[in-house]
Amino acid sequence: MAAPQSSGEIAYNGSMKILVMEDDREAADYLQKAFAEAGHTAHVAGDGETGFALADAGDYDVMVIDRLMPRRDGLSVIAALRSRGNTTPVLILSALGEVDDRVTGLRAGGDDYLTKPYAFSELLARVEVLNRRAGARESETIYRVGDLELDRLSHSVKRAGREITLQPREFRLLEYLMRHAGQVVTRTMLLENVWDYHFDPQTNVIDVHVSRLRGKIEKGFDKPILHTIRGAGYMLKGG
Amino acid sequence: MALSLPAIMRTTAARLSALYFLLFALCAVLLVFYMTSLSASMLTGQTKDTINDEVLGLARAYQRGGLPVLVRVVEARSRQPGANLYLIADANGQILTGNVQSLEPGVIETVGWTSEPFSYQRFGEGELDRMRGGTSDQTTPQTGENSAQSEGEKGHNAIALVLRLPNQMIMLVGRDLGEPERFRAVIKRSLMLALGMMGLGGLLIWFFVGRAALRRIDSVSDASRRIMGGDLSGRLPVTGAGDEFDRLSENLNTMLARIAMLNEGLKQVSDNIAHDLKTPLTRLRNRAEATLAGKHKTTDYRQALEGTIAESDQLIKTFNAILMISRLEAGYSSETTSPVDLAATVSDVVELYEPVAEEAGVVLDATVPEAITIDGNRELIGQALSNIVDNAIKYSTGATESPKVRVTLERIGGELKLAVTDNGHGIPDDADRARATERFVRLEKSRSQPGSGLGLSLAKAIMTFHNGRLDLLPADPGLSVVMSFPVRGTN
Repeated sequence: MAAPQSSGEIAYNGSMKILVMEDDREAADYLQKAFAEAGHTAHVAGDGETGFALADAGDYDVMVIDRLMPRRDGLSVIAALRSRGNTTPVLILSALGEVDDRVTGLRAGGDDYLTKPYAFSELLARVEVLNRRAGARESETIYRVGDLELDRLSHSVKRAGREITLQPREFRLLEYLMRHAGQVVTRTMLLENVWDYHFDPQTNVIDVHVSRLRGKIEKGFDKPILHTIRGAGYMLKGG
Repeated sequence: MALSLPAIMRTTAARLSALYFLLFALCAVLLVFYMTSLSASMLTGQTKDTINDEVLGLARAYQRGGLPVLVRVVEARSRQPGANLYLIADANGQILTGNVQSLEPGVIETVGWTSEPFSYQRFGEGELDRMRGGTSDQTTPQTGENSAQSEGEKGHNAIALVLRLPNQMIMLVGRDLGEPERFRAVIKRSLMLALGMMGLGGLLIWFFVGRAALRRIDSVSDASRRIMGGDLSGRLPVTGAGDEFDRLSENLNTMLARIAMLNEGLKQVSDNIAHDLKTPLTRLRNRAEATLAGKHKTTDYRQALEGTIAESDQLIKTFNAILMISRLEAGYSSETTSPVDLAATVSDVVELYEPVAEEAGVVLDATVPEAITIDGNRELIGQALSNIVDNAIKYSTGATESPKVRVTLERIGGELKLAVTDNGHGIPDDADRARATERFVRLEKSRSQPGSGLGLSLAKAIMTFHNGRLDLLPADPGLSVVMSFPVRGTN
C-alpha cells in the first residue's frame, strides 16, 4: 500500500479537506500522511462520536468512514449525518467484503465502499472521484476533453472533428473516463461502474479493454489522451 | 446398565410412567367407589321392594281375619328358612311375636322406613353369641361401609318398614342386609384386586419398556460421549426399527456428518492457509530482508517495494478467495439471491473476456438463448463463469492450431446447463479431473500458469450455494466445465 508516485503530479486537481473516521491509530496516521502527500488535508477522528461532531461542525469535501468504530458505528454516523441534511460524499471502509455488505453500506447513505485491505492508490482515486467540488458532470450531455468529444444523447464520439466508431461497452468505458477526466480511475472502479461487477478478475481483462479503446481514440492522432498511471489505473487528460 | 432407584426416578421415562400410573389409579379408585355405591343403592331398592310386597301380603291377611290371622301368618313366615324379619309389638314397644329377639332401641318408635340400617338379633342367635362369649345387644349405629367386616361379631344389620296397626300395635317388616353387603364386599374386593393387578402390570411395563427406552438413550449418550471425545467419524446407532429413536439418531447423524464436513473444510482451510500463504509470506519477508542487507540504488529499493506490494496484493486476493469459498461452503455467507438473467450474465462475461481471448489468439464464442431468469446471485455467477472462462482461455492458448472456447447455455431436462468447452489438452486422467475443483490443487501441467489454484474451487462453492453442480467432462479434445443450475417453477 504505497502512495501512488504519480498522483501528486497528474491526479492533483485541487486540494480537498477530508475527514477520516478510523479507530486504528496507525492506519489513521498513515492515511493522514498519505493524503497530505497527495496534496490534501485530512482530519482524523478515532471514534464515531468524535467523527460525528467533527463532520457536523466542519465543512469537508469527502469523508472516509470505517464501518466498525468504538462508541458509534460508521453506518449509524452516516445515517445521522444524512438525516441532518449533510450531503458530504462518504466512502465506507470495511472489513466486510460480501456484495450484500456493500449494498447495506450504500443503502445507509454511503457513496462508495472499499473493502479492507485496500491499496491507498485505490482509496485516493475513489476519494478524488467522490470530491463534490470536482463538479457534477452527470447533467452534461456533451463531455469534452481536449479535442475529444462525446455526445451522450446521440452516442457519438469525435476527436478533432473526426467520427470514431465505438462498441456499446467501449462507449460506456469512455463515458466514465471522460466524466472523471483529470482523475485517476482504477481498474476495479471501471469494472464496478462499466460492467457492474465487484470481483477481482484473475486476468486483467480491463487493461485489454482500455488498450482497445486507446487504439481507437489515439491511433492516427498525434497526442496521447488516455494515460496509464502506474500502480493505480488510468486517466483521461487533454493536452 | 444397572441403575439405582433414585437414578431411575431421574429418567423421563420413569417420571412419565409414574405420572400415568397415578392418573390411572385415581380413575380406578373413582370407578370402585362409583360401582360399589351404585350396586348398594340398587340392592337396597330391591330389598325395599321385597319388603313392600311382604307388607302388602300381610295387609291382606289382616283385612281377611284381623290381628289373629296376621299373627298366625307372621309366625308361619318367621319360621321359614332365610325368612325376612317380622316383629309385632304392643303400643309400648313390647315385643309380642316375630323372629326378632332384640333390636336397636328406638327403631320401632318411628313409623316408616328406617333411616339407617340398624342392628338386631334373631331368636336363637343371641344365645349362641353369648355362649361364644360374644356381646350382643349394645351395638352402635353402623354405616354400610364397615358393617360387612363387623358382621357376625356384632349382630346383623337390616332395614325395615315400621307400621302402626289400627289398634296402635307396631308391626315391623325388615330384611337382613347381609346379602347386599356381601355382594358389595365382593365387588370391592375384586375391584381392589384389579387395581392391584393394574399397578403391578404398570410397574412391569414401566420396567421393561422404560428400560428398553433407557437402554436406547444410553447407547445414544454413549455414542455422543465417544464423538465428543474427538472421534468425529463416530455415528449414533440406528436399529432400523424406524421409530422415533431411529429418526432422532438419523437426524443427529446427518448433523454430525455436516459438522464433520465443516470441520474437515476448516482443517483444510487452515492447512492450505499454512501452506499457500506461508510460502509467499516467507518470500515477501526474504525479499525485504535481502533488500535491506546490501547496498542498493534508490531504484532497486523502489523495485523491491513494488514487488512487495504486488505480492501482498496476490496474498490478499488468495485470502479473500479462501474466505469466500469457506463461507459459501459452510453456508453462512450473507449473500442473497434474486432473479438474475442468466443469459445476460453469460453475454456480459463473454464480452468482458472477448478482448483477452482475441489477444491470446483464442476464438471465444457464445451460444446463448434469449433471456433465462433464475433465482441466483449475479455477482457470484459472474465470478464463477469468469474464473472458468479465464481458465479455458489460459489452457487452450497455444494448445492447438486454432484454439477455441465455446460457451453454451441450454436447458436439458430439469437443469440449465452452462458449459464452457475448450479444445486444449484437457485433463485426460479421470482422477485428476475430479481433483481439479479441490482447493489449491494445481495439476502438474498447470504449474507454469499463474493463478492461485482457487478459481475452480470458488466456482464449485458458488454452484453449491446455488444448489447446483460443477462438473468437469472430457471434451475430446479439451475440457468441458459444466455449471448445472436447477430449474424451479415453469420458467
